[in-house]
This record gives sequence, C-alpha cells and structure tokens, in this order.
Amino acid sequence: MSSAPVNPTVDEPRGFTAWFVELVSNWGRTVIDNISALGAFSIFVGRTLKWLFSRLPQRGTIWPNFYTVGVSSLPVVALTGTFIGMVLAVQSYFQFRQLGLETRLGGVINMTLVRELGPVLAATMLAGRVGSAMAAELGTMRVTEQIDALSAMGSNPIRYLVVPRLLACFFLIPTLTIMADFMGVAGGHFYSVNVLDIDIHHYWHNSAKFVSTFDLFAGLIKSVFFGSAIALVSCYQGFNCTAGAEGVGRASTAAFVYSFVAILVLDLFLGITLDSIYFTIWPDGTSLV
Amino acid sequence: MTEFAPNTIEQFFEPQEPLVEVRDLTVAFDEVVLRDINLTIPAGQTLVLLGESGCGKTVLMKSIIGLIKPTRGEVFFDSGNINKLTDAQLSQLRLRFGFVFQNAALFDSMTIGQNVAFPLMQHHRMKKEDIQEMVLARLSEVGLPDSVVFKKPAELSGGMRKRVGLARALIMNPELIMYDEPTTGLDPIMSDVINELIIRTRRRNPVTSIVVTHDMATARKVADRIVMMLPLPRTRDGENQIIFDGTPDEIDSCRDRRVRQFVNGEAGERLMELRAAIG
Repeated sequence: MSSAPVNPTVDEPRGFTAWFVELVSNWGRTVIDNISALGAFSIFVGRTLKWLFSRLPQRGTIWPNFYTVGVSSLPVVALTGTFIGMVLAVQSYFQFRQLGLETRLGGVINMTLVRELGPVLAATMLAGRVGSAMAAELGTMRVTEQIDALSAMGSNPIRYLVVPRLLACFFLIPTLTIMADFMGVAGGHFYSVNVLDIDIHHYWHNSAKFVSTFDLFAGLIKSVFFGSAIALVSCYQGFNCTAGAEGVGRASTAAFVYSFVAILVLDLFLGITLDSIYFTIWPDGTSLV
Repeated sequence: MTEFAPNTIEQFFEPQEPLVEVRDLTVAFDEVVLRDINLTIPAGQTLVLLGESGCGKTVLMKSIIGLIKPTRGEVFFDSGNINKLTDAQLSQLRLRFGFVFQNAALFDSMTIGQNVAFPLMQHHRMKKEDIQEMVLARLSEVGLPDSVVFKKPAELSGGMRKRVGLARALIMNPELIMYDEPTTGLDPIMSDVINELIIRTRRRNPVTSIVVTHDMATARKVADRIVMMLPLPRTRDGENQIIFDGTPDEIDSCRDRRVRQFVNGEAGERLMELRAAIG
C-alpha cells in the first residue's frame, strides 16, 4: 500500500494555532454530523408517512403493537398518574394555605394534570417503557440481519416494522393520557379531601370553574404529537443501531433521551400554539386562570 | 475471465445469458471496501466467492440484491439495472431472489413454521392448508422433521437454524439464491450436510447460486466457478480486487502466492503484515 505524499513546504500548525484549528475542525464536524443525522431522520419520517398513506400493514402486524403500547402500558401509567396527583396536592397545599386559597387546590391540580402533567407523564412513561423496547428490539433485528432478511424477501421493513408501531402510539397514547388524567385527578382528590380536609364542594366547584373542555382536548392533542414523536424517534434509533450489545444499549438509551427532549420541545411549542388558538376563539379567555 | 467449465456437479442445463452483471462497482462506507468490481454470472452457474475476512464478499453479494447501494457502478439482474428501480420495484424483484444469511436471520418472535411461511404470507393469497403443506415440504427437503414447525429459532441448533434459513429462501422458488458463509460455525459433518443441500437444491431447481465462504471444502464441492477477492488494502497499486477467476481445478494449480496461501490455509507473511499494520 502506498503512503500519502508528504509536502515539505507546508508547516504543521503548532501551539495555540493547532488547538484552535482542531477546535474549529471538531465543531464543524459536529455540526455536519448533526445536520446529516437530521436529514437522515427526515428521510426516515418521509418514507414512513409515504407507506402510512399508500399501503397499510397487515392486521397481524398491528394488533401485537396495539397490545404492547396500550394494554401493557396502562397499569404503570395509572399508578404514576395517581401518585403525581397526590404529590401535586402535597406540594401546592402549603403555598395556597398561606394565601388562604386552599379551596382552589382542585382547580390548580386538575388544570395542571389535564393540560400538562397528564400528557407529558403518559408520554414519558411510553418513551421509557415502549420507546426503549422498540429501539432495542429493532436494533437487535438490525444487528442480527433480520431487517436485511425482511428486505431480501421483498417486504419493506418500514411498512412492516415502523408503520404498525407508529399507528399504535398515535391511536393509543390519548387513551393512556386519559387514564393518567383520571387517576391523577382521583389521587389529587383523595389526598386533598381525605388527608388535607379540604371541603369537597369547594374543591370540585373550583375545578369546574377553572378547567375547561378545551384544556382536556389540548392535552389529548399534545399527546398525539408526543406518541408519534416517540414511535418515529425510537424506530429510527433501532434502524440505525450499530453492531454489538453496546450498539443496542446505546440505541435504547438514545431512543428515550431524544424522545424525552422531543416531548418537552413539542410541549412548549404546542402549548404556545394551542393558547393562541384558544385566545383567537375566546378572546376574553374566561376559563383560563 | 476464465470460461465457465462445469465439472464438479451434474449439470442439467448449459449456462445461458448472464443473469447477473456487475459493472465497475465501488462501495465505500467510512473506507472504500470494493473498487471497480466487474463480474458476470451466467444463469444456472454456482459461483463461489472466496476471500479472507473483510475483503468485501458479503458487501458484493448484498449489493447484487440492492441491500447496499453502490457508491459508483451498476448491477444488472436479468438485463435490468437494479440501481434505477424504485423501492416498490426492488421489493417486487427480490421475490426472484433467495438469501441464506450467515446466522440464518430468522425472526425471533416467530415460530419456525411462521418463519418459513413468511414470504408466502406476505406476497401470496393462499389457503392456510396449502401454505402449511409447502412449509412442511421445504422443511423436509432440508432434512427437518415436522415437529420443528412450532418451535422458536432459539430452541434449534446452529445447523438446524441454517437449514431453516435455506428452507425459507427456497419457498418462493427463487431464480438466484445467495448463501452467506453457509458452513461457518458448523461441525464438519453438518458443514457437509449444508454442502449437499446446496448441490441438491441446484439439481432440483434450475437455480443460479452465489456462495460466499472461507471454506475450501465447500468451494471445491459446490462450485462451478470460483472467484477469489483480496481486501483492498492488500492489493498492489492499480490491481483488481478479484485476483482469481476460474474453476475448482484451476485454483489448485494457480501459481499466485496469495491464492496458494488461502487455498492451503497458510499464514505466510500475513502475521508480519498484521503486526506492521498495528505499528
């Protein structure tokens, strides 16, 4: 093998210059890598949407994913929702009591749950429980050539593996969110009324006053975006898994981390957008605190 | 290129027009793996691709069925350029291929029966009874009993998994079947069973085969033609990566030192080269 020719007239940078050149070079490489990854993810999403709207997968591939995403996730979402409702009551009570507003606890707890914590909590649990598992499963299929085998047999891996997972997350995360909302509301009620002795009439009167139907729907609309992001990010990580056990572990971790970041970023922008829609429809904003 | 001279197994038909043609194929990932590969495979031929690990044999085979997109160059199957096909067209074309993966690549979540039936379930509307009959027939052809149908891949030995992989590849009656290191990791007896199955498959169906292997016993037994490749860093300046193309008899009389080393399984100066590469 021939070695690269050496040009004696070009001096290698040294000291600060070398450090600076390396810094700029590394920074540039990171930017290029991230732009490439974003481009690859966009192509992946585009292909998934193309298959989603052109030819649906067979029923046999859809139901197992619906079961995993919906039925299997329900208990853990219900449990965490209950505790979040109670924790909200504990944390808010002393602040509100100092202001003499403890009867308004119901409004604050329930509004926070249906608009923010319910959808975000359900999505976080889904990302941790299902997203990581999707990335690990698809990653293992990638490294053991099962995805190549699918392609080699004339089946499209995106249609067969990604579309059913996306559909499951898209359709079932609203039900998980409703469960998280309901159990959180129940947990908040239990702790406020039974432990903190807040009057039940005032608790529910303020809840009804502050929480509107729009708040509930805003939470559900957010959840649909969260579910889609979790499925796409996790499947992308699985499909691009590097070889070996370490690669699968890394894909699984990355699936959760990027899904969580996507949930928070989407939460911010969807919150702003939904508020704008709300104030456009009801300019006086009567039902918002 | 040495002319095709079948003399290792019984021939049922003469070679015809090229079924596969690779033109100036270059594939690069972080580094260039294949450079300007040219290869023509006539219909009905069993071609064995030999070469040391990392020389790009599997990459070449996966490029032929479009699993890896070439950086440069073209692959023709049955006179059609597969690099110009859409995803849907390529999926349709792949129904004419069978691929036996190195570790079988069976779907863990499915039973053996479901694995073998998978291509039929995906691409044909057939009665369950007919599919079941075909699955059992294919399993029987590769010497597996009906009782494995309900087992999961993890419950089978390596040799059995490879035979299931072969049964799955054969279920669609492919025109081109590719074997990626079919005997790697198997004991000598099971290796010979796989070799026999490759030969019987060829006898039973008019199929073109590409076999990637390190195993000279396999190469000698199943090949009509042997092509030996060299890893790109080991080639001399401007040298083609394909350093041998001929019959099994011709490889035994080849005088190229690198071919002789591979055929005889001798390390030669490779140990020194590897040490030098580490520095």
